[in-house]
Amino acid sequence: MVKTVVSVGLPVLETMHIKKNRLEPENKNGNERRICIVTGIHGDELEGQYICYQLIRRIQESKEFLTGIVDVYPCVNPLGMESITRRIPTFDLDMNRSFPGDMDGDMSEYVAAKLVEDFEGADFCVDLHASNIFLREIPQVRLDKQHEESLLEYAKLLNTDFIWVHSSPTVEPASLYHSLNQKKVPTLSIEMGVGMRITKEFGDQILEGIFCLMHKLGIWSGPVITPKTSVISSDQDKVTLIHAEASGVFLPCVEHLMDIKAGDVVGNIVDSLNGTIVQHIIAPCDGVVFTLREYPVVYDGSLIARILGGV
Amino acid sequence: MFQEIIHTVKSPYRDDMHIVGFRFGKGEKAACIVGPTRGNEIQQLYICSQLIKELTRLEKIGAIVNNNEILVIPTLNQSSINIEKRFWAMDKSDINRLFPGDDSGETTERIAGGVFKAVEGYNFGIQFASFHTPGEFIPHVRMMETGHESTSLANLFGLPYVLTKKPHPFDTGTLNYCWQVNGTNAFSVYTPATSSIDETSARQAVSSVLRFLTRMGIIKYNCHSGYIASIVEEETLMPIKTDVSGIYRPLRKPGEEVKFGDVLAEVVDPIEGEVISQIIAPSDGIIFFAHSKPLVIQNCIVYKLIRRLHE
Repeated sequence: MVKTVVSVGLPVLETMHIKKNRLEPENKNGNERRICIVTGIHGDELEGQYICYQLIRRIQESKEFLTGIVDVYPCVNPLGMESITRRIPTFDLDMNRSFPGDMDGDMSEYVAAKLVEDFEGADFCVDLHASNIFLREIPQVRLDKQHEESLLEYAKLLNTDFIWVHSSPTVEPASLYHSLNQKKVPTLSIEMGVGMRITKEFGDQILEGIFCLMHKLGIWSGPVITPKTSVISSDQDKVTLIHAEASGVFLPCVEHLMDIKAGDVVGNIVDSLNGTIVQHIIAPCDGVVFTLREYPVVYDGSLIARILGGV
Repeated sequence: MFQEIIHTVKSPYRDDMHIVGFRFGKGEKAACIVGPTRGNEIQQLYICSQLIKELTRLEKIGAIVNNNEILVIPTLNQSSINIEKRFWAMDKSDINRLFPGDDSGETTERIAGGVFKAVEGYNFGIQFASFHTPGEFIPHVRMMETGHESTSLANLFGLPYVLTKKPHPFDTGTLNYCWQVNGTNAFSVYTPATSSIDETSARQAVSSVLRFLTRMGIIKYNCHSGYIASIVEEETLMPIKTDVSGIYRPLRKPGEEVKFGDVLAEVVDPIEGEVISQIIAPSDGIIFFAHSKPLVIQNCIVYKLIRRLHE
């Protein structure tokens, strides 16, 4: 059943609605556990759209296996998503820096507070992110050190190649992840793919993981896969970052998810006016390219790649 | 006065962005003044330009006290100013959330890192900044409550108000916060305008900085004594919100005294032109902040009031 979580009137002949689809067993006993699947905090991240579609479709196809409540929030920043805007339009604020919000605050804080109110009491929450438009990422769970002990066993169920225990913006204070975990709603964040695009194989991979998690929580009794064994990394452990040290156009010589050796050529940064290479980027270690620059124009400092397994 | 390059960002197609510093006087690191970090802070740029003009004159007449060095960095982000973008145009990152920076990080982390190296160690740090919610303020000095802040020093600017603020998690990356925790007495000076120039308050801001530098014994400058400031804690400001969205018609301005029951603003139906809501003063007081955009969204804070204060 589709429900409206929060509505805000816009200035001219429009109201913004944030909606969820609640899926529940036909015969409830009142003790069902509840999971929230949230996506679209950043308006330029679309990978979660495919997952929400497939999740709802598959549950509805096999409703007899549903033993708990699944709340799917496919787009919590609808103004951003329909204007290809990462932040909340008009306020130009990052929604993932607005939680837990404020019922007495302005529109962005009020919306965040109403969402948190709706999530409260859930047994688990999964916050689905894509990468931004600049970087392509393998599906990965991100969590912070504070919640590593309590959340790691659930993170392993999500069928990702990689679990990164790392204080990234996705899990910092004022993020949905952080705010819900503070409120005792266990929450995990997933990053995958690239901004403004949908990578179906990544979506399918995560979808199987969500069914595994729901199975563990007693929300789904249908058949599930055995999730992948994830590589787990804490902070800089096993992850090497490569930044651009010149400005220009990045032309990769490796592919995303490729195994590379120390000394391999990762790519070149070129000067398209003079026809020259301004930086020849060499891999500093062996490993898998789990993050790769997608947007070609770079400045000094732009992230080019992250390599997993090296150091 | 010596001009020097503090940090350079090489650009693939545009001019390299040189962040330029102007040093006045010689000796101990007495005061550092930093202008806009964001591309729409034109008033802040203008204030810095007027300050550089006046300090140049004062230096020529020997009015900078011996053994005092003043550094002014008029802008950290002309790349965004020149194309009318508020944040770093490539990735929308906010330089004033990335201090103290990282020399081996992303481009804007490198900018923050390069600038922070140049500005740390001064006795006094003054930043001209803007607020994330668009609107107009009474001219004031704003400080984070870090345990290092001194409202009595802030009072020496002679502006009518000093506002202290408990830092949110995202405030820890501001220059003001990082200056304070690194031992610099840090102050942010706010004037009513941001993307347009308000000549009167710009002059007031320039005078307030010169007054402060005089009282600290850094320059010799004969000026009016200014105000003995009222100290305000941000959380004591009373938010006044709209209950509807529409076209916004403000009737009162920052700095004005209002009485309980006064009509402060009206919201007009954007199609039929009728007044659909009136914003009524819920208390006596002085208007500290006023929304200034022509449209307003339901729940938006349109005024912040210093309660029970009289002119």
